[in-house]
Amino acid sequence: MAWAKNILRVNLTEGTCKNEPLNMEWADKYLGQRGLATKYFVEEVDPKVDPLSPDNKLIMATGPLTGTCASTAGRYSVITKGALTGAIACSNSGGFFGNEMKNAGYDMIIFEGKAKSPVYLFIDNDDAKLVDAGDMWGTSVWDTEDAIKQKHQDPQIRVASIGVSGEKGVKYACVVNDYHRAAGRSGVGTVMGAKNLKAVAIRGTKGVGVKDAGRFFEAAAAGKAVLAGNAVTGEGLPAFGTQVLMNVINETGALPTRNHRDVQFDGAHSISAEAMAEPRESDGKPNLVRNSACFGCTIACGRISTIDRTHYTVAERPQYQIASGGLEYEAAWALGAATGVDDLDALTFANFICNEQGYDPISFGATVGAAMEMYEDGYITDKDTGGIELKFGSAKALTDIAELTGRGEGFGAEIGLGSKLLCEKYGHPELSMSVKGQEFPAYDSRGIQGMGLTYATSNRGACHLRSYTVASEVLGIPEKTDPLVSDGKAGLVKAFQDATAVFDSAGICVFTSFAWSLEDVAPQIDAACDGEWSVEKLLEVGERVWNLERNFNNAAGFTAADDKLPERLVKDAAKTGPAKGLTNQLDKMLPEYYQLRGWTPDGVPTNETLSRLGL
Amino acid sequence: MQKSLNIDPEKCTGCLQCELACSYDNESVFNPAKSRIKVFSFHEKGRFVPYTCTQCDEAWCMHACPVDAITLDKATGAKIVHDNLCVGCKVCTIACPFGTVNYNADTGKVVKCDLCEGEPECAKACPTDAITYVDANWTGLDKMRAWAEKTDAGQATA
Amino acid sequence: MTYVIIGAGPAGVTAADTLRKADPSTDVVMIGSEPEPPYSRMAIPYVLTGLIKEEGTYLRKDDGHYDANAIQYRQGIVASIDPAKKTLKLEDGSEQAYSKLLIATGASPVKPPVEGLDLPAVHHCWTLEDCRNIIKYADKGADVVLMGAGFIGCIIMEALAERGVNLTVVEALDRMVPRMMNEAAGNMVKAWCETKGVNVLTSTKVTKIEASGDKQDTLKVDLDSGDQIPAHLVVVATGVKSNIGFVEGSGMKTEEGILVDEFMRSSVDDIYAAGDCAQGPDFSTGAWAVHAVQPTAVDHGRIAALNMAGKPAPYKGSLNMNVLDTVGLISASFGKWDGIKGGDHAEAIDTDNFRYMRLEFDGDKIVGALSLGRTDHIGVLRGLIQTEVPLGDWKQKLMADPHLIADAYVACSQ
Repeated sequence: MAWAKNILRVNLTEGTCKNEPLNMEWADKYLGQRGLATKYFVEEVDPKVDPLSPDNKLIMATGPLTGTCASTAGRYSVITKGALTGAIACSNSGGFFGNEMKNAGYDMIIFEGKAKSPVYLFIDNDDAKLVDAGDMWGTSVWDTEDAIKQKHQDPQIRVASIGVSGEKGVKYACVVNDYHRAAGRSGVGTVMGAKNLKAVAIRGTKGVGVKDAGRFFEAAAAGKAVLAGNAVTGEGLPAFGTQVLMNVINETGALPTRNHRDVQFDGAHSISAEAMAEPRESDGKPNLVRNSACFGCTIACGRISTIDRTHYTVAERPQYQIASGGLEYEAAWALGAATGVDDLDALTFANFICNEQGYDPISFGATVGAAMEMYEDGYITDKDTGGIELKFGSAKALTDIAELTGRGEGFGAEIGLGSKLLCEKYGHPELSMSVKGQEFPAYDSRGIQGMGLTYATSNRGACHLRSYTVASEVLGIPEKTDPLVSDGKAGLVKAFQDATAVFDSAGICVFTSFAWSLEDVAPQIDAACDGEWSVEKLLEVGERVWNLERNFNNAAGFTAADDKLPERLVKDAAKTGPAKGLTNQLDKMLPEYYQLRGWTPDGVPTNETLSRLGL
Repeated sequence: MQKSLNIDPEKCTGCLQCELACSYDNESVFNPAKSRIKVFSFHEKGRFVPYTCTQCDEAWCMHACPVDAITLDKATGAKIVHDNLCVGCKVCTIACPFGTVNYNADTGKVVKCDLCEGEPECAKACPTDAITYVDANWTGLDKMRAWAEKTDAGQATA
Repeated sequence: MTYVIIGAGPAGVTAADTLRKADPSTDVVMIGSEPEPPYSRMAIPYVLTGLIKEEGTYLRKDDGHYDANAIQYRQGIVASIDPAKKTLKLEDGSEQAYSKLLIATGASPVKPPVEGLDLPAVHHCWTLEDCRNIIKYADKGADVVLMGAGFIGCIIMEALAERGVNLTVVEALDRMVPRMMNEAAGNMVKAWCETKGVNVLTSTKVTKIEASGDKQDTLKVDLDSGDQIPAHLVVVATGVKSNIGFVEGSGMKTEEGILVDEFMRSSVDDIYAAGDCAQGPDFSTGAWAVHAVQPTAVDHGRIAALNMAGKPAPYKGSLNMNVLDTVGLISASFGKWDGIKGGDHAEAIDTDNFRYMRLEFDGDKIVGALSLGRTDHIGVLRGLIQTEVPLGDWKQKLMADPHLIADAYVACSQ
């Protein structure tokens, strides 16, 4: 129950699709989605594999709750070795694709090898086949999704696909489903492109059952009531989306600005949730059309936006004069504050392009920020950019580069390298604001100390979604800690990391954790799934998953030396705001963290730790 | 006072909890494909419209049934399909101009909303009150009913 | 005041119920020609498959429905009408007076001019009696020839196939269901039936049926192709015609059926007609047509009854529509499925997966549709056509993807 207990294994080299039973022993230890797929991945793939080689595999995985009526239970993840990072990658997406996969009867799909020419996988319940995608190669995510629905004469098919950027090897290409939901980070779409796999299209109508329906209904309803009654999940996120954070983080002095030169952005208000809701002068309508939900989500933080029809980006292009996925906080920050651009519609347009062509707005915006700094310092010239004046604050530069990157053309192809390779190429690796090759998201770790450790130790490179200590340090969830203090953050980070791994393995959205603790999650999993699932057991699963990922990275060649932040964050003090004068205190937090984790001072899990976790 | 499902698309976020509740109550499985209420998503407009049977007075489905398998529940006003009588001829599925009676190939019967004996699960599951079950006079169903009349083959004027 | 209804099919029974509700005090007499309670021919195939017993075909399932509603149901065959005296003469010699009369006598199968149709193992599939006869012969594995692959033929085919007979379908025209489907769809249905083990011969005629002397296959069926097929049973479904012979001499205007106006009135005072015997207004063409389908029969019956009871109810015309299940492939047609001159159309064909959708437009309105392999929300096609909804920019979307019909309907109506 809850699990479909079935895997689809697709060998792209051979062109075969085969079913195999889910390993239920592993399911009992790794739950599903992130944890269980990572277990499959590390068992089957050489850690040293080149991410873009046919020997890398890519897994799309649902959790046991995916497809049930638990709130937010429509999630799936893409697990592979990341093209951007060379580390274990696990990118989680909402929308409606995960639910469809489960309804078709699959817990996960494992892709192996590389197709000789572009294909897509089409699944109609038990019927799975690879179909030629020659006519879709070179087209956008949006066109691919429409084309597949038309070809199979079924508008209810759900599609996850890559855009042109993923085909062209942009290092941080996403897998985008339902037009604007994305498995966004670490270049999982790049791996898909390297396999000549354009899309996965699914129609699933078999349904999802649970172990104890009566108890599950009650547990799910109790969980929904908690979300509805919580100020963040019941009020803030539905009304403002994650963008509720823009002004808050700016005031906290932790809004990385112009490639982390500053920690506060003078244009923050112009690109905030409040600005999205303000009527525009031209047509009297706000940027924000409404909020929207992913499958089963009772929070509904999603933004649906339009761009002013007179704005330079869309005035001559009616195809973009539509409502589509609007700015989330991380995207608004990366496209805006990181580049110094405060033109809300320009950011919205760049965000549309990220969705349409399938690449990560965080890594893109941060890379553009790094390029702008190198341009202003003279390391990158007009000759390099093809004449684009890549100055901080230039909306036109941002949107032009966005389109070029979407097509993998011109200077866009260089921006598509990601900041690490780009900065190395132009001789200034210190200007890449990244860890393990992945760009920071929207929190400056000088102003929110715990996030420095979060980034440094994240198994998929810098990321806020591996342990969102912002919840504690800024929002006071579950209890308030001082963002300017590093004491106690090692324990906080470990606790968040382990709990988050559970949410990511269950099929639910990590945003529920603003309101839910594992005390709220465990009863839902226990009622839905075979076996017994206590909070203690789930925490152990979380810790096991974390160590499993770490082991893979260590075997892939990462060491403690890779658990570090760019010098700018640990040497250059914040210039303004509450954190003025502070750097990140990673060196104080990291040893304590290793110790709490049961790792050696070199960041390697001890045998005792491994055997305690059954690894 | 008889109650009706009142649907307010402005409030709908497109989460499909209504479809999950409907399919579980009727088919004992979470399966939007088997739901009798469907949320239409117009993504380029940012609009979501939950859509199901309005239990219209014309009841084309009920009248078109050749074997008396659809009857009126006098308590709720629902037109109810009786599986033991339905032969699966599908005539009701083309007779209903709203397209809210659908054939289920797995069972060989047709399915439609039956208002869950007066406690519609979709309304209970809706997190935003986009679907409510309220006194018929208060509902926005007038609009749909007016629409229904346009399809009507003949309307008594006296 | 006595309302008399000739015929006890869906149109007659609906009219009787409607009259009773509209006018509780008057006499309602319904005359049926068959020795059973009023039943639905549409349900006969499901008796053949064993899904239901004969009782399952009855139009009203509540016990004593007609008595409880003071509807006098009498058996008999009407021989003639005397409009001047307002009486009917029955074949048994009795008479029945009426104040207002509804003719809902339905239709009967046509017998083509083929020698041998009177042999014992040759049957129509029209009445319960026919059904009983077919059940006697159509055992699993028996060789059965079905003459006619029209709408009714296909419904019977489904039932025969489910009984596990060895089935050959012979259709004179060049495709299956020619009056409901174009070439593309008809061919798709044929291909589907063949994959399901039904032998389909189009552009082929049966020329003669004769006794073979064989114990098992007692018949030999000659085809115009020169072939001869052995058969244990031949089922004849080569079309139907309205039962209107008995109105001859009454002065009533008829063509294919009894011509009725928008109030379902015939050309003779106080006589109305409904169902398969009535040629009423056609929604799509504005002309007069016989639409021998269940929804039209009940619409006719209800509207005729309202008008008879003095509650004027003008009829906007019947929409030609059909739904069909050919051995599991479900198809539907609506309105002007063959299009209008100069109109646009949208078409999506997926031959491999037996999916087809074709929409016919008049400007930005849909006037006809044909679909195969789809059941969800299919009724919106009726809604789109009959409400004449202007599609605006949805027309272009439907031209690109005609499967967006439900989205279009919801977007345009909500």
